[in-house]
Amino acid sequence: MRVTPRLITEKQCFQLIRRDPVDLLNQDTTNFGILLTICYVSKIKGIHRQRLNLTDMTQIRNFSIIAHIDHGKSTLADRLIQYTGLVSERDFRNQILDTMDLERERGITIKSQTVTLPYADRSGQEYDLNLIDTPGHVDFSYEVSRSLSSCEGVLLLVDASQGIQAQTLANLYMAMEHDLAIIPVINKIDLPSADVDRVKDEIENELGLDSDQIILCSAKEGTGIEAVFEAIVNRIPPPAGKEDNPLTALIFDAAYDLFRGVIISCRVFDGTLGPGDIIRLMSKGAAYRVEEVGCFCLNKEPRDRLSAGDVGYVIAGIKTVSDTRVGDTITLDGRPAPTALPGFQEAKPVVFSSIYPIASDDYHSLADALEKYKLNDAALTYEKDSSAALGQGFRCGFLGLLHLEIVQQRLEREYDQSFIMTVPSVQYRFTLEDGHCLSVDNPQYYPDPIVIRGSEEPFIQASILIPERYMGAVMKLCLDRRGENSRFTYPSTGRIEIRFDMPLAEVIVDFYDRLKTITQGYGSFDYDFIGYRESDLVKLDILVNGEKVDALSIIVHKDRARDWAVRACDRLKDEIPRHQFKIAIQGAIGGKIISRSTVSPFRKDVTAKCYGGDITRKRKLLEKQKKGKKRMKIVGSVMIPQKAFVAVLKSEDE
Amino acid sequence: MNRPGLYVHVPFCRTKCPYCDFYSVTSLSLVPAWLDALQREVLIYRDRFGSFDSLYLGGGTPTILGSRELTRLMEVLFQDLSFSRDPEITIEANPDDITKEKTALLRDLGFNRISLGVQSLNEKELQFLQRRHSAKQAEEAIEIIQASGYTNLGIDLMYGLPGQDESVWMATLRRILVYNPAHISCYQMTISKGTPFYRMLKQGRIQATGEERERAFFLLTSAYLEENGYVHYEISNFAREEKTMSRHNIKYWRHVPYLGLGPSAHSFLKGLRWWNLRSVDGYCQALDCGRRPVEDRERLTEEQVWLESLFLGFRTREGVKRKLIEGSPNSGSTLREIRSAGLVTLHGDRIIPTREGFILADSLPLLFSH
Ligand SMILES: Nc1nc2c(ncn2[C@@H]2O[C@H](COP(=O)(O)OP(=O)(O)OP(=O)(O)O)[C@@H](O)[C@H]2O)c(=O)[nH]1
Ligand code: SF4
Ligand SMILES: [Mg+2]
Repeated sequence: MRVTPRLITEKQCFQLIRRDPVDLLNQDTTNFGILLTICYVSKIKGIHRQRLNLTDMTQIRNFSIIAHIDHGKSTLADRLIQYTGLVSERDFRNQILDTMDLERERGITIKSQTVTLPYADRSGQEYDLNLIDTPGHVDFSYEVSRSLSSCEGVLLLVDASQGIQAQTLANLYMAMEHDLAIIPVINKIDLPSADVDRVKDEIENELGLDSDQIILCSAKEGTGIEAVFEAIVNRIPPPAGKEDNPLTALIFDAAYDLFRGVIISCRVFDGTLGPGDIIRLMSKGAAYRVEEVGCFCLNKEPRDRLSAGDVGYVIAGIKTVSDTRVGDTITLDGRPAPTALPGFQEAKPVVFSSIYPIASDDYHSLADALEKYKLNDAALTYEKDSSAALGQGFRCGFLGLLHLEIVQQRLEREYDQSFIMTVPSVQYRFTLEDGHCLSVDNPQYYPDPIVIRGSEEPFIQASILIPERYMGAVMKLCLDRRGENSRFTYPSTGRIEIRFDMPLAEVIVDFYDRLKTITQGYGSFDYDFIGYRESDLVKLDILVNGEKVDALSIIVHKDRARDWAVRACDRLKDEIPRHQFKIAIQGAIGGKIISRSTVSPFRKDVTAKCYGGDITRKRKLLEKQKKGKKRMKIVGSVMIPQKAFVAVLKSEDE
Repeated sequence: MNRPGLYVHVPFCRTKCPYCDFYSVTSLSLVPAWLDALQREVLIYRDRFGSFDSLYLGGGTPTILGSRELTRLMEVLFQDLSFSRDPEITIEANPDDITKEKTALLRDLGFNRISLGVQSLNEKELQFLQRRHSAKQAEEAIEIIQASGYTNLGIDLMYGLPGQDESVWMATLRRILVYNPAHISCYQMTISKGTPFYRMLKQGRIQATGEERERAFFLLTSAYLEENGYVHYEISNFAREEKTMSRHNIKYWRHVPYLGLGPSAHSFLKGLRWWNLRSVDGYCQALDCGRRPVEDRERLTEEQVWLESLFLGFRTREGVKRKLIEGSPNSGSTLREIRSAGLVTLHGDRIIPTREGFILADSLPLLFSH
């Protein structure tokens, strides 16, 4: 018999006790005494949950909540959590699973988050429901796809007023690929603008799901929650797999803890593991002794074992970060599984940028931070890179602009790194005279123009939803950004949806910010790849007193080069401090200068007196300035502050 | 030239000038106690420095001291400290203190150089600066000093006063040249924190001169005095000949040892720098209890000595040894850059700042630091 400790709430204890004691005794003799004790203890100590033993795998359900951004996934998770009493009124806060500061600041989910809910249905049948709340933003879809591999089903949420949107579809397809049970849920039915019938139609016609199966709820008001629970229990199959098979557990996420080492999040498919077992991480073959296993109940709750069907965490004193890889399989050293689980497809980055530590001494610290960070964000890809101006660094690949921004901020906040980030680039394709094809995402590897026969860049279909009055301004923005082939639809009165074919490169720098500004926050923007198209590309270099600042080079469409060059020269002019000599800043394509600006030299910088006491004072001042200089990058004899590199990226009206 | 120098700080003034951030007090009743304390301080350093070849009595206003006090001071110094055969002995003098008698006394006491705080020969400016003398008094003082046979006279002037017109400054300079002094110091007005002028500046009652005008004043002054035969040998100092440069002050710029006695005075010996309490009371009390009146000290690291040599070097016509910058990254291209910008020239193994280089002397070292 399977003996998994499980959690129940105080409330549930009482519920159970209120039932016929004989019935309880029949259900699980060993538990009765424990139960009473728990009720008693938890009353005294105010402990809300304690362990119970659950009997078999049919009482486990693993599911994700998936949807387009903002359709209410985290809010629905809140209600489910509250229903099971996992958290006290006092400790509850909205979107409780959004634990990261950045998530709370931005009001969006960035990381998938697992929580194990102790649920008892009307008949008193108990379940462990492993819920994974996923992010809705397209940039974090890698989080969703990994979460799905731990599940047997999904709640597909659709906003009752927005209806089906891009990520509703994308996420549904992902769930179908994983062969998961799909429970369509229409959320936000409380909204005055809710149009349940229309959305039902959409779900039936566009998604091909049976409209009888749809559950209606308002996560905000807590209506329809019981129906959601029932559907989870009845329509999502319990996990398959066998406890007595050799262990296979899929690592779908991980995090690094300073004291405990790597904390692995995994789904156990077969077998069982617990403290003391020697596990083997199959890709590297490294073996470790398990210290602790448990499940996520808002906090990490240790358990005796994790067994087939469970989702939980494993701590095994893993300090060598590179031994752990998200997507790897855990097995037992003594009785290894013959083959590893399929794992995940590598994330496919679309935006690239290099990062360089501000002080070159910090390179190793940055390398270390990236390695640990990557455990917790498997979508990030990176490799070594180097620049004459900025020294050693890394070329990083991101799933999108928001992803880039989040990585940047998390590295700064959670890992205390300071670095310079170069202008984001897309991946270009070049056909050379000798017929070779070359993919280039780093301007440093731009081929010699003489041997280029053809160049291509990635295009997207941008769809922009705005109130009609902003149409003129938005059209202009899109045309300025080389948008072509525009189409319009009118989804509701007063609103217009504009579709454009646009180069991806044009939206990765400063497009969304501009859109937000000109539509006063009312514009929403979405995009899909539509493939590569021929394009007239050049490499633009920025020179400072004749020396190339390689980190500022970009690959850009010929028609856009001058604008960029003028802007970059201007920005740099404002940020490079005056020197003892004149500084010429130039934008150049090949040898041809297409823009220039000048930083005029200091006029006077000397103090009149310097005797006995002044010397120490003056030296201290210099020492301070020297420290400041350490944070500057030197090109030739010109000191360029880090903020100059940042300024080149800033949007136009900041 | 590498003999140590002795500085004695006389921390007394009759009134406080609103731009001044030297340490001095106006309670003259403290003079006897200060002299007693000084006598004690001298004993502490009796054998530490070897023989001095310069003595500089600065302040404050050293000429505020009466003949008995001055005589005692010199006795104290010469009794317990040793001097080379032919030391440079300078006193800072204020024009209002200069009389024939005073000058004769200074002569008798061994002073062979007088540094006279004239500041300006424009009546309005002198009032604005709240100096205690008039332009006429200043000129009389110069005449008295020169008549008594002093050849080594230095005149201290100040320019770049708020709202000052170039022509007014040039008039003062031109007038001073009539006396053909051996040495002229021209200090660009600096408004330091904590002074009444600083408060006035913050309140908008006076205007800062501004980089462009400060630059123009500096270039003008340097050009004018050099045309008239003076050597611009340090940012603010001009000498009629090589040998009338201030022997004492040069020591500060070359890391030569110096001993500073009196409140707020700084000393330097073998990589150690220390400075006295900036309070007559504190200074006297410490010495009364047999303690050194030192406020703090620092031992210079090699790197700090290097940085100081660099910035001090760029402030003088001697410049900086090329070797000094060779270790720093990009030194070659930086040197090329500042040479072509006309800030320095190369002379054998030395990098010599030009007049234009002087104006940027504070930031040149940073170019070579790493
Ligand atoms: N009126 C109403 N608002 C809701 C409901 N559910 C969620 N919301 C609101 O919708 C917004 C987004 O909710 P979240 O739960 O953060 O949405 P999400 O799907 O988790 O968003 P991402 O994780 O960023 O994709 C919040 O302001 C919620 O308060 C609902 O049932 N009714
Ligand atoms: S006389 Fe000299 S030391 Fe005294 S307050 Fe005036 S400027 Fe300062
Ligand atoms: Mg969310």
